[in-house]
Amino acid sequence: MHSPADKPALSLGRLAIHAVLLLAVVLYLVPLVVMLLTSFKTPEDISTGNLLSWPTVVSGIGWVKAWGTVSGYFWNSILITVPAVLISTAIGALNGYVLSMWRFRGSQLFFGLLLFGCFLPFQTVLLPASFTLGKLGLASTTGGLVLVHVVYGLAFTTLFFRNFYVSIPDALVKAARLDGAGFFTIFRRIILPMSTPIIMVCLIWQFTQIWNDFLFGVVFSSGDSQPITVALNNLVNTSTGAKEYNVDMAAAMIAGLPTLLVYVVAGKYFVRGLTAGAVKG
Amino acid sequence: MATLELRNVNKTYGSGLPDTLKDIQLSIKDGEFLILVGPSGCGKSTLMNCIAGLEHISGGAILIDDQDVSGMSPKDRDIAMVFQSYALYPTMSVRENIEFGLKIRKMPQAAIDEEVARVAKLLQIEHLLARKPAQLSGGQQQRVAMGRALARRPKIYLFDEPLSNLDAKLRVEMRTEMKLMHQRLKTTTVYVTHDQIEAMTLGDKVAVMKDGIIQQFGTPQQIYNDPANQFVASFIGSPPMNFIPARLARQEGRLLALLDSGQARCELPLGLASDDLDGREIILGIRPEQIALGAGEGNGLPGIRADVQVTEPTGPDLLVFVTLNQTKVCCRLAPDVACRVGDSLNLQFDPARVLLFDAASGERLDVSTANASVKDNVTHFKSR
Repeated sequence: MHSPADKPALSLGRLAIHAVLLLAVVLYLVPLVVMLLTSFKTPEDISTGNLLSWPTVVSGIGWVKAWGTVSGYFWNSILITVPAVLISTAIGALNGYVLSMWRFRGSQLFFGLLLFGCFLPFQTVLLPASFTLGKLGLASTTGGLVLVHVVYGLAFTTLFFRNFYVSIPDALVKAARLDGAGFFTIFRRIILPMSTPIIMVCLIWQFTQIWNDFLFGVVFSSGDSQPITVALNNLVNTSTGAKEYNVDMAAAMIAGLPTLLVYVVAGKYFVRGLTAGAVKG
Repeated sequence: MATLELRNVNKTYGSGLPDTLKDIQLSIKDGEFLILVGPSGCGKSTLMNCIAGLEHISGGAILIDDQDVSGMSPKDRDIAMVFQSYALYPTMSVRENIEFGLKIRKMPQAAIDEEVARVAKLLQIEHLLARKPAQLSGGQQQRVAMGRALARRPKIYLFDEPLSNLDAKLRVEMRTEMKLMHQRLKTTTVYVTHDQIEAMTLGDKVAVMKDGIIQQFGTPQQIYNDPANQFVASFIGSPPMNFIPARLARQEGRLLALLDSGQARCELPLGLASDDLDGREIILGIRPEQIALGAGEGNGLPGIRADVQVTEPTGPDLLVFVTLNQTKVCCRLAPDVACRVGDSLNLQFDPARVLLFDAASGERLDVSTANASVKDNVTHFKSR
């Protein structure tokens, strides 16, 4: 008889499992380690040592230079991402609420058509979007990029919220209607407070998508309005002067940090939210 | 406190689709407890949603206190509802759940506090007010759901199968409590259930529904003793009424039904009836408790000997199954009757209490028996 608290015996099989897992961890961490090590090296150090060698002098010069080059674009990205994420999530929540709890004639068809938005390749919307932004006078502005990201993201956010809300019993809305609450009161007082997990999923998804976007950024912005992904590309692909790998690596780390941060802060909600609809109660 | 009247209420989900509710017509007086009972899919919950205003009716009118509310939104009808799933707001505490409707209606906070205290005391949930619904047991959630309905002091309460999610013991307890509550508050109530025991025990009036049609509307006693058709007779009563196919014969002007147990035959006199019933296939309806053990031939009731096939002692009763006219028949006998499988019993029937149904349509057949006065003011609804 073994109680669950009993320590499992250290068998050969168990050792093998741990060894494989350890190997996988190392494999996944190597690129990050290389980037971090390189970003703290001096250019001379990089040209003499190997990729995984410890810097002879730990130098912050790469980070300082990188920040000096990309900081403006970093703020551009924030100015684009934050409003786009918030607006698309808010509209998606409202869409999902209507499509699951206030169904109207043809709402299933509407939802079906909206889903097509999830499968549309970025490339197909480039020309129409460019044309529309031009007509609206938003070409090459952060506002224009926000609009493009909101519209493109709506299909996903609506899908998330709709699928979350169909698992909420209709009786809740009925009870609230009998209690005298109207459309928006029910949404604000009953439905939204229940939505934390799916809001988190939506925020992480949208933040990652929009922050990491390159194609829309490179097409719909120019010069000072470019997001950091485009700026990073410009920095790394520059063909003049000596290659400063420490600056490149530091800039790449700066570009990647916000998404990492979002996962660390809200990651536990992400898994919880993705499985929320699956288990009742 | 209100009366409720439904006038020719119809509900359909689109032309071409079958009607969900057909010509529903009933009315209850102030303070009465109406039960809507029927198998799942019979339209009882739809009818309740229509009364609440959560669904629109396609025709007819719903009147509360003689005022037509058919076009009103749910919140203007002054109705409170308890749902099968309780539908408690999961992010709110018990107190907030009860307060919600009062706050929406802009009741002053002092009055709200007073009302919550009253309801909590009434339902004995004072110690639960700070908890969230997820921290409550099923029975406690049920009380909170009732509390939310009671707090508003509406004109009419609607209960949609409120006890069906509770375990058997708690269900019986809460059933008694509901009846006590209604006796104290005397608020007009509509209660949907598929449980015929709840229907019999709780209701002042019962409407038995099937396929969107009210099969019969009357007091529980009328429904039980004088069912309008075979469906109502089979739905109400546990163990259910026995239905024995038989052929009618006429002897000296009196109608007889022939019974055959395999080892004996008997003629059941059914009184006088019109000529067109002669030789027709009919179904005899006999409730298990209306079959008695014959002591001898002394009391003049017709009897028949039959072999015991199965016995089911339930505690208060002994259910004995025999075969009559190739049909399994349940007899509810006293628990101290000593009988074993294979024994031959002398069973007696009171012909005056035997019901007749048409074998094809299931409609009740009128036979002018001695106690025809039982059928006084029952409303019969013919199915179309």
